[in-house]
Amino acid sequence: MGNDMLAVFQTAGLFHLTPGMLLMWLIASVLIYLAIAKQYEPLLLLPIGFGILLANLPLAGLMEPGEGLLWRFYHYGIQWEIIPPLIFLGLGALTDFGPLLSKPVLIFLGAGAQAGVYLTFFAASAMGFDLREAATMGIIGGADGPTTIFLASKLAPHMLGSCAVAAYSYMALVPIIQPPVMRLLTTSKERTIRMKKGRKVSQLEKIIFPIVATLVIILLVPAAAPLIAMFMLGNLFREAKVVERLTQAAQSELLNIVTIFLGLPVGATMNAETFLQPRSLFIFFFGLFAFIVSTATGILLAKLMNLARREKINPLLGAAGVSAVPMSARVVHKVGSQYDKKNYLLMFAMGPNVAGVIGTVIAAGIFLTLLG
Amino acid sequence: MAEEILAPLAGKIIQLNMAAGQSVEEDEEVLVIEAMKMETPVFAPVSGTITEVRVKQGDEVEEDDVLALIDT
Repeated sequence: MGNDMLAVFQTAGLFHLTPGMLLMWLIASVLIYLAIAKQYEPLLLLPIGFGILLANLPLAGLMEPGEGLLWRFYHYGIQWEIIPPLIFLGLGALTDFGPLLSKPVLIFLGAGAQAGVYLTFFAASAMGFDLREAATMGIIGGADGPTTIFLASKLAPHMLGSCAVAAYSYMALVPIIQPPVMRLLTTSKERTIRMKKGRKVSQLEKIIFPIVATLVIILLVPAAAPLIAMFMLGNLFREAKVVERLTQAAQSELLNIVTIFLGLPVGATMNAETFLQPRSLFIFFFGLFAFIVSTATGILLAKLMNLARREKINPLLGAAGVSAVPMSARVVHKVGSQYDKKNYLLMFAMGPNVAGVIGTVIAAGIFLTLLG
Repeated sequence: MAEEILAPLAGKIIQLNMAAGQSVEEDEEVLVIEAMKMETPVFAPVSGTITEVRVKQGDEVEEDDVLALIDT
């Protein structure tokens, strides 16, 4: 009788808890708190936080390879590269390339803001990180969650959870991280530059753009194909205007459903053994570094372009090249209107913003080609 | 002379602070447009009297749509 009781106790998870797991519970609670009370990227941080909690319950085996429920979500959803491309389908259906086509010169700002990705890659590898780990940390600077997850799952799966959490937390903090950098690098005169109206964009151009972009990008960087293909398909649905049902499904129901199956297993990759290491601190450090450098290089590139241009670009727009859509475009608009309340930068900022998304996917494709 | 208040960006009118017959000062906030889930105030370009308001709360507007006329 006594032995039976002992056996029951031993199969109870309670007796297998480790201090590391309790610490992970704390981290999970902080993310859940931030998601609910502060609304920091709640759509992702809430399921991620809960996933962390679930991954740190002894004997539950939710992440047991081949068996666990969350492992299956992770394996068939993320390792099989299904969920991030489906997210991109939805994002494509939500994205209006109009502002980009209206002022195509601003594409360069979306490219310029990827410098943080590459510089962080070099900095992290100089500090002794494995090249694949360095690339995964660098891509956080692109401020694109699904791309970060996509690349991490291929190059450094052990870092996937922390990189995703870093990317989404910094995205939520864009309104705090970016403005000081923007003020530091611009003069008050530059901040009040008003942009000339862009040209009108026809519907035909908007339909042709996703098709041409697909061909050009995938021919140049084939490794970016899964994300670009789905992104542009979603956009073609949107602009064709004949498949309203598919556009709606892609941008709402499907996007919402896959978001659930993205956050939960991403959180579940963060168990105490893999997460509680000095490496995780470096991920957060380099992620922040990449964000700041990307913001700075976007702005500096705009200033550089102004040297050669008669019609000046407001350099604040460079900060929108960090592809946190549409947060960084909003931040640009807000900072701009603090110095000239009648300066409406929002729509201009959307151009580099969506170009930044494409730039980050291309950066991920280049890393995959070289290191995959 | 009549001046136009133009929509500086596309979005939805979520607040209207003016009515025909009302006088406004230059740079006074006359309405608020919501775009990309952000509220953007629109200001009167000149001082004068509002003669006509062409939008109402909840309307979707395109960039450069005429929102109202001001008689200066």
